Amino acid sequence: MHRRSTIKHALAAFLLTAVVALPAMAQPSSGAAPAFDLPGTGKSVKLADLHGKLVYLDFWASWCAPCKTSFPWMNEMQAKYGPQGLQIVAINVDAKRADAEQFLAATPYQFTVAFDVKGETPKTYAIKGMPSSFLIGPDGRILVAHTGFRDSDRAELEAKIKQALAAR
Amino acid sequence: MTRLMLVLSVLVLAGCASVQPWEKGNLARPEMTFDGDPLQSRYEQHIYFSKENASGGYGVGGGGCGCN
Repeated sequence: MHRRSTIKHALAAFLLTAVVALPAMAQPSSGAAPAFDLPGTGKSVKLADLHGKLVYLDFWASWCAPCKTSFPWMNEMQAKYGPQGLQIVAINVDAKRADAEQFLAATPYQFTVAFDVKGETPKTYAIKGMPSSFLIGPDGRILVAHTGFRDSDRAELEAKIKQALAAR
Repeated sequence: MTRLMLVLSVLVLAGCASVQPWEKGNLARPEMTFDGDPLQSRYEQHIYFSKENASGGYGVGGGGCGCN
């Protein structure tokens, strides 16, 4: 049988289909931060409103254990660097908003929380894992993209926040 | 015939959609683990480590959702 040409055809078909999927794979670790307009706990949360502030954008979910440990740290960061221009925005990606509300009732937070039930924002930011965080500069460009939240990340992330605030 | 099946199956595989990191909520539920009791399974893992120096391979990290 014509085995070689079968494999060639299969490979060509696969490559053609895979190439179509390529544009979806790029994570914006730099460049302009994609805009969003999401419902929050009070009024809606828009990235455009935060122009001029250093935004720490965090993607979290009620089912994500490391997110629970990151909340007290984020509270600390907001209290410490808020006066210097830091604004933490935590976008929840739970499919059910009730799960998120339950989490928030048990975990105190002193920063802005937004809800993305449809999961469009994590897609535009092409997050690679949970939790994911981004540092967005006052000009709206992404400075840092970070995945995960471990104890060793606390000092590193705080240093990056300090550095970004100093560079404003 | 086999040629057609081969090309079709490769096309189908290329269209596989993977679960996105933010869609893994259900995987974190305790019902989704193989172990019955988390303490018991930790104990078993400790025995594997101390007796065989074997670790890992039993599941996804970060509470079942692949977090961290």
